[in-house]
Amino acid sequence: MIDENKKNVAIEVRNLVTHYGPRKILDGINLTVNEGEIMIIMGGSGSGKSTLMRYLLGLGIPTSGSIKLLGEEINSLSENETFELRKKMGVAFQGGALLSSMTIGDNIRLPLREHTNLDEKTMDIMVRMKLEVVNLGGFEELMPSELSGGMIKRAAVARAIIMDPKLMFFDEPSAGLDPVVSAELDELILRLRDAMNMTIVVVTHELDSAFKIADRITVLDRGHILMSDTVEEIRNSDNERIQSLLNRTPSNELINADEYLDRLTGI
Amino acid sequence: MSEFINHRLLNVVEKIGILTLKFVEGVGYYFALLVESVVWIIAGPFYKQPVRISSVFSQMMTIGIAACPIVFILSFSIGVMLAIQMIYNLKTFGAESQVVVGVALSVTREFAPLITGILIAGRTGSALAAKLGTMQVTQEIDALRVMGINPIRYLVSPALLAMLIMVPTLTFFSDIAGLLGGALYTSIEIGLSFSAYIDRTIAALVVGDVMQGLFKSFVFALIITLVGASNGFSVTGGAEGVGKATTRSVVLSISFIVIADMIFTYFLNR
Repeated sequence: MIDENKKNVAIEVRNLVTHYGPRKILDGINLTVNEGEIMIIMGGSGSGKSTLMRYLLGLGIPTSGSIKLLGEEINSLSENETFELRKKMGVAFQGGALLSSMTIGDNIRLPLREHTNLDEKTMDIMVRMKLEVVNLGGFEELMPSELSGGMIKRAAVARAIIMDPKLMFFDEPSAGLDPVVSAELDELILRLRDAMNMTIVVVTHELDSAFKIADRITVLDRGHILMSDTVEEIRNSDNERIQSLLNRTPSNELINADEYLDRLTGI
Repeated sequence: MSEFINHRLLNVVEKIGILTLKFVEGVGYYFALLVESVVWIIAGPFYKQPVRISSVFSQMMTIGIAACPIVFILSFSIGVMLAIQMIYNLKTFGAESQVVVGVALSVTREFAPLITGILIAGRTGSALAAKLGTMQVTQEIDALRVMGINPIRYLVSPALLAMLIMVPTLTFFSDIAGLLGGALYTSIEIGLSFSAYIDRTIAALVVGDVMQGLFKSFVFALIITLVGASNGFSVTGGAEGVGKATTRSVVLSISFIVIADMIFTYFLNR
């Protein structure tokens, strides 16, 4: 708590409630991320971590609650204000989400082309610089379909950082990658924070990488936050569900006999 | 028993209600999409997000220029087909030479816009739905949004603009190809010379005939773009969803085109 008062808050979520159809996905989420911090959002499948990410990116309208990015309430901004805010955000999607009709270079150049009036030469140099940052120098002429999964993810990072954002979001950066490549991505995330002082939010369920890069970890479970604290505190937590997530033990919950019967008979 | 019938009745009423609601929702979505695309075309520069001329031109190339050969072949065949049918029909009255008027009016007022519309619905409408659907599934649309690039401005507005220019243009091209087909067949079948055919065609046609066809093709362009785009954006459920949306967009576009054609023909000929 002392930390929060001292540093500037980059992301502030208050009492966020969201629904998917009639189903409640997130229930009363409270979360703060400080500037220059790497926050990991962790949780099992179906815990709502990807949903939380979607709402942080402003891709859905919450049922209630507030989300502030860089001090601005994202769901009450005008078109122009949203546009300005999004120039300060970078997002690396799980599958990269590079536009498949363009070369890697054009993909990375896209935000520059749409948001700035720089000349082509300058853009070229910036694109090559960012490609070097993610170790993809010389790949700008290739199409996304010609790259491997890890390369696409790194190219997506290059596109996300082309505008030098203050906020960076990573969705499952190590999913589907081999350990070496995934370790390289972890290094990259740390370097981005150190070199550019970005605030970084990573959604993942890879424990190793989470513990390696996190300043703080937020553990989500069934739409609730179980805990949001430093790596040490998370490790030492005596919460049963956190421990089972950390130790990869299957959850052996007691089944309520009546509810179980009701579910089976469909009443 | 009566309770059962009541229940069935309720079900039917409920289904009608749901269908009506879906229809209204769908039409509302088309209009919202139309308004937003047009607003971006006009007001984009003021929001520092102009619709790129270069992407309009590249769309015009794929929608229009690349479709020229197939439009020509189909329209030429339609022209020949109309000439055959009309000569056969008019023979009964001994008025074969009137085939010129028949072909000229049918092609310009009806067949050219219709065949072009149907072709473009199958060719471009489906491609638009498939492209936007795939982009939706692979999160490319989300990526555009979080980069501060409005997907409608970036993807739909250029396509709409290109369609509104190219579909009428193709229809005019189709007019010429159809008339050419009719002229060639007529000159062989009843020995009417090519130049005489052209002279008579020009005499038979008034500007209004061609304009009617072009106006209809303008409406078809709107229908194809809006149906394709809205089906593409609403894709859920992976590759299968993309396939379904593509099929649906073609079937819906063609149905709307034929129905709109009927309605406009009625009103334009009052």
